[in-house]
Amino acid sequence: MRLKTRVSAYTLAIALVWTSGASAQQMKAEVLHWWTSAGESAAVKVFADQFTKAGGTWVDNAIAGGANARTAGINRMVGGNPPTMMQFNTGKQFDELVSNDLVRDVEAQAKAGKWREIMPKPIVDATVREGKFYAVPVNIHGQNWLFYNTKVFADAGLEPPKTFPELIASGEKLKAKGIIPIALGGQPNWEHNLFRAALVGHGGADMFRAVYGKRDPKILKDPKFKETVELFGKMRALVDPGSPGRNWNDATALVITNKAAMHFNGDWAKGEFIAAGQTAGKEYGCTLVGEGGGKLVIGGDVFVFPATKDKNALATQDKLIEVLLDPTSQIEFNKKKGSIPVRMDVDVSSMDVCAQKSHAVLSDPANQVEAMELLSPPNFSGAMQDAVTQFWNTPNMSADTFIEKVTAAMRDAG
Amino acid sequence: MDSATIPVPTVRAASTQGRRLVRTRLPAALALLPTALVVLVVYIGCMLWTVRLSFTSSTLLPKLDWVGLAQYSRLFVNDRFVTSAENIVIFGVLFISGCLILGFLLAVFIDQNVRAEGIFRTVFLYPYAMSFVVTGVAWQWFLNPGLGLQKVVRDLGFESFTFDWLVNPDMAIYTIVIAGLWHGSGLTMAILLAGLRGVDEDLWKAAKVDGVPTWRVYTSIVLPLLRPMVVTATVLLATGVVKLYDLVVAMTMGGPGIATEVPAKFVMDHLFERNNIALGTAAATIMLITVVAVLAPWVYARYIRAQRRPA
Repeated sequence: MRLKTRVSAYTLAIALVWTSGASAQQMKAEVLHWWTSAGESAAVKVFADQFTKAGGTWVDNAIAGGANARTAGINRMVGGNPPTMMQFNTGKQFDELVSNDLVRDVEAQAKAGKWREIMPKPIVDATVREGKFYAVPVNIHGQNWLFYNTKVFADAGLEPPKTFPELIASGEKLKAKGIIPIALGGQPNWEHNLFRAALVGHGGADMFRAVYGKRDPKILKDPKFKETVELFGKMRALVDPGSPGRNWNDATALVITNKAAMHFNGDWAKGEFIAAGQTAGKEYGCTLVGEGGGKLVIGGDVFVFPATKDKNALATQDKLIEVLLDPTSQIEFNKKKGSIPVRMDVDVSSMDVCAQKSHAVLSDPANQVEAMELLSPPNFSGAMQDAVTQFWNTPNMSADTFIEKVTAAMRDAG
Repeated sequence: MDSATIPVPTVRAASTQGRRLVRTRLPAALALLPTALVVLVVYIGCMLWTVRLSFTSSTLLPKLDWVGLAQYSRLFVNDRFVTSAENIVIFGVLFISGCLILGFLLAVFIDQNVRAEGIFRTVFLYPYAMSFVVTGVAWQWFLNPGLGLQKVVRDLGFESFTFDWLVNPDMAIYTIVIAGLWHGSGLTMAILLAGLRGVDEDLWKAAKVDGVPTWRVYTSIVLPLLRPMVVTATVLLATGVVKLYDLVVAMTMGGPGIATEVPAKFVMDHLFERNNIALGTAAATIMLITVVAVLAPWVYARYIRAQRRPA
């Protein structure tokens, strides 16, 4: 008898714990992301607050470093214990998760929300697999902005350059005045980012797509490609000797402190200017360099939703999707993140000049160019990065040798 | 009947003996079991798994197909891997020999009964207490031409002074060696100093009586006596060479260009950033083969041949 009562007491206790656990699980969302810098965490807090307002519990799981976070998340998905929602960069990073049925499709929500109409086509194409949306894009980052110091340009009596040959000409004039013409974070990925800015600006959108998308070695024989490589090579002389190894934000700081004139970076660099108390259009400007007004290379972030059979988890995921794309959260999130809303149908007049410029440029589909992450598998972009950084850091390497290296990258890693 | 009764006691004897054996050895075996399992499953298992994956076309997720040596032939035409391999040889040779020489000199210096020996010992050993990441960042600042040594000397009035190894692709790997030496010499010193202190005083007296110069005592008598310490130090330093990764990441990120890439970084980048498990594991396998190739003759000489000698 006593044993029996004890047993039933245990069962009751367990049952109590169980149910209380279950009720706490109501709309409890564990979100894995790598937004850990000050601006980024302020941005993700917008989503968290909106989700809390909608009655959910946001469990923030921020892991520093994109690669670390992705590895952790993928391991958990493969191991059967996925987070409720997980960040990726727009592009191919989650391809294999889709082909292995580890993430659910959100096609129903996409149809209901008319995502195909309100989002730029490159972003839609990058999230749709076999006709279905498998992720929710939340923002658009432009990667090839030229940030320039307005005072330095005014003092030198120069206009911000519109094309790359112009940029090199004014760069040489600035250098003669003792100004660092281009502030560059001398790490392979930023050198590669500069190359891509030159490629899309001088070579054009189609050449950019041919190199990173089709990866067809034929395009490398185009004289325009060689011309671009040579222009890129000339930029080596416009960078200061302290560049190798420098972090991107230290490079941005050179422009902020009037030491350097120009800096190519994604719009996330705005965060550094804002933190230094500067305003877009006043102390610094942003422009696109390239023939025909310049194209904007766009990428961004998405959230994927690991597949689950749990009805409760599915409902939580549905709610999250609603929160992510809500116009208010879109504007507030992107103001803090430095990107622009992924929905082209929201009013951006409350955002800064650079964001408004982004929005205006992207309103013409001809200006939208998919970022490398959307076009190339990481393996190929990595091989390209190796080639670019070798070329950049070996001043006597000819354009032809570089082209050979790119051909090899296309052959071995394409 | 007889024949049936005879074996019984023998069996019983054998079984008691067996039981005794079990009683004495079982706890030891049980205590070792977890370690043995960890070694088998985690080390050997993962090693085999890595080698197996290097023969596949795995990208983001492991895939068990068979592509033969395709990844290896890619590896050996890959500029970055070839540079990495050259760098690790440069680093390994200079780092190990440099640490041994510097460490020995420091140990000899301290062994001269210098005043405030404790302070010197702490100062020399201190860098070893720091992680490679801190070491790398500190040396990056110190060697940065725009911030560190070069700028200070130029500000002092020597306008033409140039020390830009960190940003010079031909010399950058040597800055990694310098930082490594700074980090590792102290440990070598501590190990060799312990050895020096163990050298018999009478040897010194005898040498003095014979009129042997001090340097000669060190090179011909003390150094051979220190052989076990030198081996210990070399092994410790060699493991540091194989896993060299964080120092490079903190100091140069493999740059300028690919000038300071090392194999461990190649493996990490391909496994975790470039979704190229197969190429990454192929590089890891090459690292394993190299380590085994270096270790095998030594293990043979030290254990196998040494055992055979008395017989």
